[in-house]
Amino acid sequence: MGKQLEQISIALGGNPNSGKTTLFNSLTGARQHVGNYPGVTVEKKEGFASQNGTNVHIVDLPGTYSLTAYSQDEVVARDFLTESKNEAVVNIVDASNLERNLYLTVQLLELGVPVCLALNMVDVAESRGITIDDKKLSNLMEIPVIPTIARTGKGKEELLNKAIEMAGDAKPSRNFSISYGDDLDEALNEMETIILKSNFLIGSYPARWVGIKYLEKDELVIEKGDKINKAVSSDLIKIVESVSKHLKNTLNTYPEALISDYRYGYISSILKQGVVKRSHEENRLELSDKIDKVVTNRFLGPLIMAAIIYGLYQFVFTYSEAPVVWFENFFGWLNGLASDNMSDGLLKSLVVSGIIDGVGGVLGFVPLIMFMFFGISILEDSGYLARVAFMLDKVFAAFGLHGNSVMAFIVSGGIAGGCAVPGVMASRTLKSPREKLATLLTVPFMNCGAKLPVMALLVGAFFGKNEALMMLLITVIAWGGALLVAKLLRMTVISGPPTPFVMELPPYRLPTMRGLLTHTWERTWQYIKKAGTVILGISIILWAMMTFPGLPESDLAVFENQRNEVMEAASAEAVQELEAAADNDEAELSEAAAAVQDQLFQIDGREAEKALRHSVAGSIGTALEPVSKAAGFDWRTNIALVGGFAAKEVVVSTLGTAYSMGEVDPEETGSLGEALQKSPGWNPLVALSLILFTIFYAPCFVTVVAIAREAGSWKWAGFSMVFNTALAFGVAATVYQIGSATGFLIG
Amino acid sequence: MRQMKTNQSGTIVSVNVTGELGRRIRDMGLTQGTPVTVQGRAPLRDPVALRVRGFTLSLRNSEADYIDVEVE
Repeated sequence: MGKQLEQISIALGGNPNSGKTTLFNSLTGARQHVGNYPGVTVEKKEGFASQNGTNVHIVDLPGTYSLTAYSQDEVVARDFLTESKNEAVVNIVDASNLERNLYLTVQLLELGVPVCLALNMVDVAESRGITIDDKKLSNLMEIPVIPTIARTGKGKEELLNKAIEMAGDAKPSRNFSISYGDDLDEALNEMETIILKSNFLIGSYPARWVGIKYLEKDELVIEKGDKINKAVSSDLIKIVESVSKHLKNTLNTYPEALISDYRYGYISSILKQGVVKRSHEENRLELSDKIDKVVTNRFLGPLIMAAIIYGLYQFVFTYSEAPVVWFENFFGWLNGLASDNMSDGLLKSLVVSGIIDGVGGVLGFVPLIMFMFFGISILEDSGYLARVAFMLDKVFAAFGLHGNSVMAFIVSGGIAGGCAVPGVMASRTLKSPREKLATLLTVPFMNCGAKLPVMALLVGAFFGKNEALMMLLITVIAWGGALLVAKLLRMTVISGPPTPFVMELPPYRLPTMRGLLTHTWERTWQYIKKAGTVILGISIILWAMMTFPGLPESDLAVFENQRNEVMEAASAEAVQELEAAADNDEAELSEAAAAVQDQLFQIDGREAEKALRHSVAGSIGTALEPVSKAAGFDWRTNIALVGGFAAKEVVVSTLGTAYSMGEVDPEETGSLGEALQKSPGWNPLVALSLILFTIFYAPCFVTVVAIAREAGSWKWAGFSMVFNTALAFGVAATVYQIGSATGFLIG
Repeated sequence: MRQMKTNQSGTIVSVNVTGELGRRIRDMGLTQGTPVTVQGRAPLRDPVALRVRGFTLSLRNSEADYIDVEVE
């Protein structure tokens, strides 16, 4: 026994589906924190546990099968292991799937870190007739092995004690090495000598590990080596080339293939020495496989999947309705409070329209995000999400996407009425970087709930006879457009071979409530904390754009005069009646008073229209008119589309203002529809052009912020704004020009 | 491997690909001499689900093409 330390750091590593997150939650309880590893989008989860007076700092590494340079997760994991000081690395392995889980263990040992095995899910293994002799495994691999059941917390005390004991041991970790056959061993020895002699890279890594990485053609290690000492690096590469050639000629294989073969060979040889006892045949069909026979059945599978995806969609958007309304009511109440208690002016406008609406806008998404993550966590933790990817991959892969992309598309509005903000976040289940980026950039084309009022307005006003057909067509155009653009992006700006699909179909498991809630809360809190502030800032800027510079005094005076004239012309009774009604919204007005009120509203409407046109947004809209004419849009439509950057339903309310109708409620667009029908600048072709533009143009800024967060760079967020708007304009203008030339839809 | 039928078993003879795909295939335990059984195929006949080393693994047909199997 070494000395007892007050504070130690341990890292938790293991395969996906090994129960790693469950163990982490069980060890740390609520004492955890989620952040990011520097410079990448990979999540870094940290937590604390205390055991017998020792404070244990635990870092949950990303779940990986290997430690290659091919994925961010793996690079992050191995960099963390070599660069940060960890007194112990707890490697959790699935006892019911030991052979493949130990493959990562071998790599951890080769990396020279002090490993302690958590032999997890011993209960599941037993139920499948698998018994593991943990003592024997420990003796053969020369590392501590602690049987655990992460779900119940069994074994976690022993695990922490063992980690603390390892930390206290001053003994340096042993040199672990396995044989890779005569040819490679000889090459490795030769490389090791060179590496040790020239002190090459061994500050951070064991010499043999560097040699193995050179044999595996690990780009990151070779790049690092080239930088530090080009000459030694070239010498090593020469050895690799010569042994590669020899292997090709004699065994027709590659060093990297032999390395995997020998690692698995080493594992098999250990397991065969009485470590694993089975009462059944290894590949016996378990309950999980029987479920799969039905759930991925050629005919039943897609039906069940459609039902489950539709159910998820209903769950997210129906159950979140009530909390969304609570939020709306609360912010409506706050708004009213501010309106009543503040004097008219810019400050009031800033507080009411800028800040309260902005914060309300940020928090309004929270119920959606929570429900979405909760629903997707159920699918993910149960193992069903992998089956969805399995069944749909053929379709999505054809467009350069991944089977898992479907979730992001559906949530974004693949079933009309979703929301791209949780949709973009749903792409987090995608591990393949190029496929994920293509998904992120195309999901905003879906018909989210905020676009629906715009569509309803235009379809209702101009395609009233074929409403259902048009709505279906809009959905089809959105999907078709998204998939084609994804393909286009994958062939150009995000080109590259498809990320290998090679994916485990994990056994079905009942998710734990704690796991689901932790996951949901973490994600939601991250949204509020990280995205929330940016969103609030932008919403204030947009408010300012729609408000400033405001009408000059002379114009204000003109409208004030008009109002006075109306009041003077009105009868004394009507004026009195209106004044009395000012404090009482429910009051019934006489015909005369109502007529006066109507006139006043019209003046207010004209004033708001003029002020909007005079604002920064209005100036942009007007300045763009010569260009936007190509798609049939006048300055009013342009301003509305600028407003739509705040949220797509703002297109409707802004159009209302631009047509002097005051703020139009997106739910009640009948009168605005009539106004558009009568307006000379409008016809069904213009409406169609605007519908197409609305489908494809820049996502609302909340989505843009979400894209920046998921893609890990503002570059792609900026790209989505510029590219989508250009695409939308191209499509809308093409349709409008062809339509104008042929007289199609101009009636 | 693409030609294998559901429930058919065999032994891997070679995996003829290097780079990321080769690495992923081998890391998941599809190495020379490993017995595999085709457990099923997706409704659109691609990808394929395999039983290997006691767990289920799926890969695209285009990826399975690099794996030579001697069927039983």
